[in-house]
Amino acid sequence: MSEDWPLFEVFIRARSGLEHKHVGSLHAADARMAIEHARDVYTRRQEGVSIWVARSSEIVASDPEEAEALFEPARDKVYRHPTFYAIPDEVKNL
Amino acid sequence: MYTQALDNPVPDDRRGGPAGQEALERRFDERIERDEKIEPKDWMPEAYRQTLIRQIAQHAHSEIVGMLPEGNWITRAPSLRRKAVLIAKVQDEGGHGMYLYSAAETLGVARSELIEQLLDGRAKYSSIFNYPTLTWADVGAIGWLVDGAAIMNQIPICRCSYGPYARAMVRICKEESFHQRQGFEIMLTLARGTAAQRAMAQDALDRWWWPSVMMFGPSDAASTHTAQSMRWRIKRFTNDELRQKFIDVTVPQAEFLGLRIPDPDLKWDESTQHYLTGPIDWSEFKAVLKGNGPCNQERLQARRTAHETGSWVREAAAAYAAKHGGRGAQPRAAASVTSPSGEVSVDE
Amino acid sequence: MTAAASLPEARLPSAESRFQYVLRLADTSLVLGQRLGEWVGHAPALEEDLALANIALDLIGQARLLLAYAGEIEVRGRDEDALAFLRDAPEFRNASLVEQPNGDFGQTIVRQCLLDAWQLGVYEALSTSSDQRLAEVAAKAVKETRYHLRFSAGWLVRLGDGTEESHARVQQALDALWRFTDELLTPDALDEEMAAAGIAPPLSALRSGWEERIGAVLQEATLKRPAASHYPWQGKRGVHTEHLGHLLAEMQHLPRTFPGATW
Repeated sequence: MSEDWPLFEVFIRARSGLEHKHVGSLHAADARMAIEHARDVYTRRQEGVSIWVARSSEIVASDPEEAEALFEPARDKVYRHPTFYAIPDEVKNL
Repeated sequence: MYTQALDNPVPDDRRGGPAGQEALERRFDERIERDEKIEPKDWMPEAYRQTLIRQIAQHAHSEIVGMLPEGNWITRAPSLRRKAVLIAKVQDEGGHGMYLYSAAETLGVARSELIEQLLDGRAKYSSIFNYPTLTWADVGAIGWLVDGAAIMNQIPICRCSYGPYARAMVRICKEESFHQRQGFEIMLTLARGTAAQRAMAQDALDRWWWPSVMMFGPSDAASTHTAQSMRWRIKRFTNDELRQKFIDVTVPQAEFLGLRIPDPDLKWDESTQHYLTGPIDWSEFKAVLKGNGPCNQERLQARRTAHETGSWVREAAAAYAAKHGGRGAQPRAAASVTSPSGEVSVDE
Repeated sequence: MTAAASLPEARLPSAESRFQYVLRLADTSLVLGQRLGEWVGHAPALEEDLALANIALDLIGQARLLLAYAGEIEVRGRDEDALAFLRDAPEFRNASLVEQPNGDFGQTIVRQCLLDAWQLGVYEALSTSSDQRLAEVAAKAVKETRYHLRFSAGWLVRLGDGTEESHARVQQALDALWRFTDELLTPDALDEEMAAAGIAPPLSALRSGWEERIGAVLQEATLKRPAASHYPWQGKRGVHTEHLGHLLAEMQHLPRTFPGATW
């Protein structure tokens, strides 16, 4: 239908210092309208200082079917975490 | 990950043959057992997907149609403060509809299709919005009773198994509590006002009490969907449980207002620590659900008219975007966006 | 603008003049906010319902602050609600443009854009008013109005340069509403009195800014600027079109039916 507006995903930075977080989606005819709609829908209660919008069709996502292969191998590499290492208490600043 | 914009190849259900199918379902049930959230594009039984789409869409439609009975009083609100608060409330409801359509779209259905179902009369929405708002007190009664009932329904859904729906509900619940307080405050002001205002408040309660009680739906023994929805952690309490909670909480509030609940059989049961009520007239509920309530036609007609008369507008915006590469109008006269906090964020 | 402190007493406007001037600003915002309130639940898209509601809230907020101030200047004990709900049409001081009916979305956008461009100029100038209260209200209102203009100008361009149908509709709306713009920019004795006192901007200074803003939007919207019309509408002096009476009848019904009640 010629009056269909594409779907945009909305990301809001709540406060200076924080990252943009995904908050949902909305329809708009163009990117500028998407920003305005996002402002009206997602920041009425002072929940934002910055807005990103991206067309949903542009989002690339990892396939949940591949979750095991993508994310489980990190599980047994505990040596990436500081708690893996035993350092005597008397040693400071480590 | 989110929308119909991504291709949907072979329906996930049919992968791997019957044995593979069983394994997938078992894994899914285990995730539900562990209270894990299901996210868009995760494997899910087709029935789960369809149940969610239906429930979320009904909820979204209810919010949108719900803008109308209260919107009816915006131009006649009796003080500027009340007018502003009412606009903000109705605006919130529109926003809630948007969060919910957005959640439904993650399940692979387009908003335009859901809207079509609503306007065709194929989709359901909460029957409560088929009642008319006849006086200013009705605005108070809706906020107090209808939003009160909605909150009761909605809080458990914040923990439902489907991620986007749960997250939308968290957002909605945060905003909903001002709605109920706004309504109660109106009722309180009327109850403490002139004799005419008190009578107005009592009259509204007389007309909105039973429809609000019926909002929770029929007893679950009669409900076809409840058992499966509970197993899938989409629904977490039965209709009767929620209804009882609502009544127990609301009766003392009515007493505080000095208003009388229109139920001669209402009484406190010391042994169960609950209020007992008189019989609910489910025939009225069924009639309204079928389309024979006082305002069904008006509500749908209003939505159809808005949709039809807005068609040229939506077309124009799409045509402009197509002509100009989708960035959008950049009139030199206008400045960049200022967020409500006053800080500037520019998208270019 | 000149600081009022240095003006000889004779040139400081009377309370009555200041009262009337503040009402012009207040009533313009109030009536337009009321008109936008009619749209809620009926806009072309859900997103537009929210946008129009937001603008309505901003305008009503401005009206409340300005009416409260007007009541203080008048010193007759009338608060924002007494002024909003108990004055009859001849006592309203809004510009005639804002009481015109909503019509279709295109007409609403045209009305909005013409007014936004004007309000932005007025509030920007009022931010340095010698009247402290007006300066405060204006400083806040400027931010709101910038966004309103972004919204309305953006839509006017989309509709003007959208489809043949949308172009025809907004051109027609523009042709119908243009005649009300002269009132916004043509000063009368009260406007001049306020300007001389450094309270309000001289409207002549605002005219070129407004012409430029609107000219740019119309050009981008591929719309034809209508011929000038000099019919002396006098909404800001209390002589309105027939529309205001109906708008007020609806708006004021409850407080008038229940005199003395608190809501």
